[in-house]
Amino acid sequence: MSQATDTDVREDGQIESVSGPVVTATDLGARMNDVVYVGDEGLMGEVIEIEGNLYTIQVYEETSAVAPGEPVENTGEPLSVDLGPGMLDTIYDGVQRPLDVLEEKMNSAFLDRGVDAPGIDLEKTWEFEPTVEEGDEVEPGDVIGVVDETVTIEHKVMVPPDYEGGEVVAIEAGNFTVEEPVAELSSGEEVQMRQEWPVREARPAGDKQTPTTPLVSGQRILDGLFPLAKGGTAAIPGPFGSGKTVTQQSLAKFSDADIVVYIGCGERGNEMTEVIDDFPELPDPQTGNALMARTCLIANTSNMPVAARESCVYTGITIAEFYRDMGYDVALMADSTSRWAEAMREISSRLEEMPGEEGYPAYLAARLSQFYERAGYFETINGMEGSISVIGAVSPPGGDFSEPVTQNTLRIVKTFWALDADLAERRHFPAINWDESYSLYKDQLDPWYRDNVAEDFPEIRQWAVDILDEEGELQEIVQLVGKDALPEDQRLILEVAKYLREAWLQQNAFIEVDQYCPPEKTYRILQAIKHFNDEASEALEAGVPVEEIQNVDAAPKLNRIASTEDDEVPEFVDDLEESLSNQLRELY
Amino acid sequence: MKEYQTITEISGPLVFAEVDEAIGYDEMVEIEAPDGSTRRGQVLESSEGLVAIQVFEGTSGIDMDSSVRFLGETMKMPVTEDLLGRVLDGSGNPIDGGPDIVPEERRDIVGEAINPYAREYPEEFIQTGVSGIDGMNTLVRGQKLPIFSGSGLPHNDLALQIARQATVPEESEGGDDDDEESEFAVIFGAMGITQEEANEFMADFERTGALERSVVFMNLADDPAVERTVTPRLALTTAEYLAFEHGYHTLVILTDMTNYCEALREIGAAREEVPGRRGYPGYMYTDLAQIYERAGRIKGVEGSITQIPILTMPGDDDTHPIPDLTGYITEGQIVMDRDLNSQGLKPPVNVLPSLSRLMDDGIGEGFTRADHADVSDQMYAAYAEGEDLRDLVNIVGREALSERDNKFLDFADRFEAEFVDQGFQTDRSIDETLDIGWELLSMLPKTELNRVDEELIEEHYVEDVGEEVAAD
Repeated sequence: MSQATDTDVREDGQIESVSGPVVTATDLGARMNDVVYVGDEGLMGEVIEIEGNLYTIQVYEETSAVAPGEPVENTGEPLSVDLGPGMLDTIYDGVQRPLDVLEEKMNSAFLDRGVDAPGIDLEKTWEFEPTVEEGDEVEPGDVIGVVDETVTIEHKVMVPPDYEGGEVVAIEAGNFTVEEPVAELSSGEEVQMRQEWPVREARPAGDKQTPTTPLVSGQRILDGLFPLAKGGTAAIPGPFGSGKTVTQQSLAKFSDADIVVYIGCGERGNEMTEVIDDFPELPDPQTGNALMARTCLIANTSNMPVAARESCVYTGITIAEFYRDMGYDVALMADSTSRWAEAMREISSRLEEMPGEEGYPAYLAARLSQFYERAGYFETINGMEGSISVIGAVSPPGGDFSEPVTQNTLRIVKTFWALDADLAERRHFPAINWDESYSLYKDQLDPWYRDNVAEDFPEIRQWAVDILDEEGELQEIVQLVGKDALPEDQRLILEVAKYLREAWLQQNAFIEVDQYCPPEKTYRILQAIKHFNDEASEALEAGVPVEEIQNVDAAPKLNRIASTEDDEVPEFVDDLEESLSNQLRELY
Repeated sequence: MKEYQTITEISGPLVFAEVDEAIGYDEMVEIEAPDGSTRRGQVLESSEGLVAIQVFEGTSGIDMDSSVRFLGETMKMPVTEDLLGRVLDGSGNPIDGGPDIVPEERRDIVGEAINPYAREYPEEFIQTGVSGIDGMNTLVRGQKLPIFSGSGLPHNDLALQIARQATVPEESEGGDDDDEESEFAVIFGAMGITQEEANEFMADFERTGALERSVVFMNLADDPAVERTVTPRLALTTAEYLAFEHGYHTLVILTDMTNYCEALREIGAAREEVPGRRGYPGYMYTDLAQIYERAGRIKGVEGSITQIPILTMPGDDDTHPIPDLTGYITEGQIVMDRDLNSQGLKPPVNVLPSLSRLMDDGIGEGFTRADHADVSDQMYAAYAEGEDLRDLVNIVGREALSERDNKFLDFADRFEAEFVDQGFQTDRSIDETLDIGWELLSMLPKTELNRVDEELIEEHYVEDVGEEVAAD
């Protein structure tokens, strides 16, 4: 979290009442959303309501034993984050306090209260390399130099967006801390690596553009059927146990974004620990470096204070915007946005606001859309292009998608990956339901698929969709009369659909070769199944009974393509297609 | 300490009093009724001049002249290793007639969140001896795995079986830790259970000698409901102390969480809060998380806290807010099934909706056996398929199904009879569990085992079983 650096501390007040995370104070002289320090222990809070002389504050830490009469100190600044090199490879809580620093400062495995820590290391020096020269004109947002933040990411030092800009008067290479000026402008302004930005305000950017490149995820069902664009928005709703977190984590691990911001909002502690343990070990599929080198984690587990849960999504998206401004493609995962909405509900009910649907505040829809609108494919203010893709998990109570958070989210996002408890129960993972899910980016991404994967990719995808649709209809009949009552050609469709489900849609996140499936492999598997379909249809027309087609030895091998090493796939599939043809043609 | 006789309102479990000093939020309160009895309570809201107090032992008998004392501290649990073997009431007072507790420390019962950075990821397999759990939904140390049950189902028997049989099998490598095998303790927190159920638990604890390594907190059905909101916190504070100060591996059994949530709703209603789903307070998720999330392990510390909360789903409905919110916090669930119970399966665990999220990291070579993951995956798929076919059989009859389908039906039947139905007294090792699994899987043709690695099939597939069945 950003430290209030200047001494512009305005009037201090006194606590009037305490009820859980909501504290009221009098005589504070604060503005809306100013950060305040509450009580003798200095617990961090934010002003969320002002009524006459009464200020309502949501406190980001546990408030037990805090009593009326204790002082409230106003910083006069809104809730802000520190932006600068050092954010990647770091794990923050919901108000950008690095968790490793907190552990050290508190000297305990448990989170104590009243301890603050800057979001980026203020002592550490970075090797600054200028990219402009003295005499150059720079404007707000322009890059004036770079530092190597991690092995993967070159951090670009920019003129803050609220500066005037002007001619560079002094700039030189060297080692600097984030607070030391690295350049001086003719306007008298000094540029340092560290910027501060209020989290509830979007950083300025140029025009939003229509995204035309997919965020390749390495997940067959996503890349193949329901692609997300770079700069797009997606929602993953699903009941518990259907694999939201596994899907989110797969995206964080394998998607081809430059930067990943992963927000664990009100989720399980052990899950965050898994991410913290795994990411430094796992290689980034794009560069081979450690995944953490491109990742910023925000962990606000379900038992951490509820107000910090409310702010963690804003902290995350502000960090994401900063990297977007450098021209990077950022993917932000928020797991789960329902916990964020519930935090809003909890605070709102403590404020005794009039509740909307199911007790959620009436501004739920507005807050959700404001958040998702910060995603997009942007032209940045310095003329580069950068994007933020947002993938929000939703945890609907009872798995019922008609509840307010799911519904309000669906009105905004353009990709919908519906998780299904039935599929999860039969261990079909990822348990994404292909009937309910959709992606509105398909058409605008088709040219990319034609150019980069295969010319006929959209057509073969449509073929798969049709088969799966037909299977859905046929299954209803099968439920009534049994499979054997169907005509031969329909039984073949069921057989082909089975391979689509088992060999293509299913993907095992726990097998190394299958965790990440490049789009080419996604296409090849599909092609092999189509090949089987075509050959089998011909055999059927030639009068071969479907039982015999089902029993050809080569067919079950379709299920083994996924677990074949990527570089062996072409050969494996060629051989398989050949033996499929041979074996099926032998039948007639 | 000042005494007040300033009560202005009494409403359900709540008492409002006027004060002229600053009272801290969550602070403990003692109220003395005119008949001389003292009740304990906690500050729910503190504002200048007025506090709202939640009284644990009920408000009956309190009048406007009762005196109110503020103790100047939040609720603490006196903790010591000597608590092992003791039986306490729901507020932490001994009820076994034993000596007073001499605490080594007094700990705040709310407990602080474990820094995710300091957590150790749980991956040590716990063998419960129950095939439905070990084989299909493996429990690991530091996990929170609730039992979703219904009224009248034998969840208590299952909980006792786990408490009795749970061990961590010796590691084959034989590291240094083997010598200093750390101790195992059971913390049992009962909320609103009947005297009869309590007797059942106590009798089993005494019969097996488990009481010596247990701490029991008893809030019975006729004890004040509000007290139930502190019982699990006392149990977990004790568990944290034993685990992280003295290196015990603790198993915390909390029963019945449904009663706990009812108590939360009661307080919420008395405070006239805006209710969430089905009248439960909107902060129930946060509240439950503060209980469940206290399970875990910490880096560099020997002990662990494993939680098995039990809850009875009202109307067997897992979308009811209590199981629903629980499922979103815990790392999976073991589901008891009424149909299986009436078929006489012991334990009636339905593996299909059950889940252990931490399973994948706690099984396999070095933990259990290399074939574990594939076997359980394949059995899930096969059992699910068999279950589906049962519906169809009801309509078209068995004869109308293909030979292949009949094999899956047989598989589902034998899976229930041989794998799940083992009895509450049988303790199976993980090898036995997996071997039974292979025997069942061998009923199916090899080509149907598409989730098992081909090499493993060669190693474990029992050839003659398939033919035997085919010959039937």
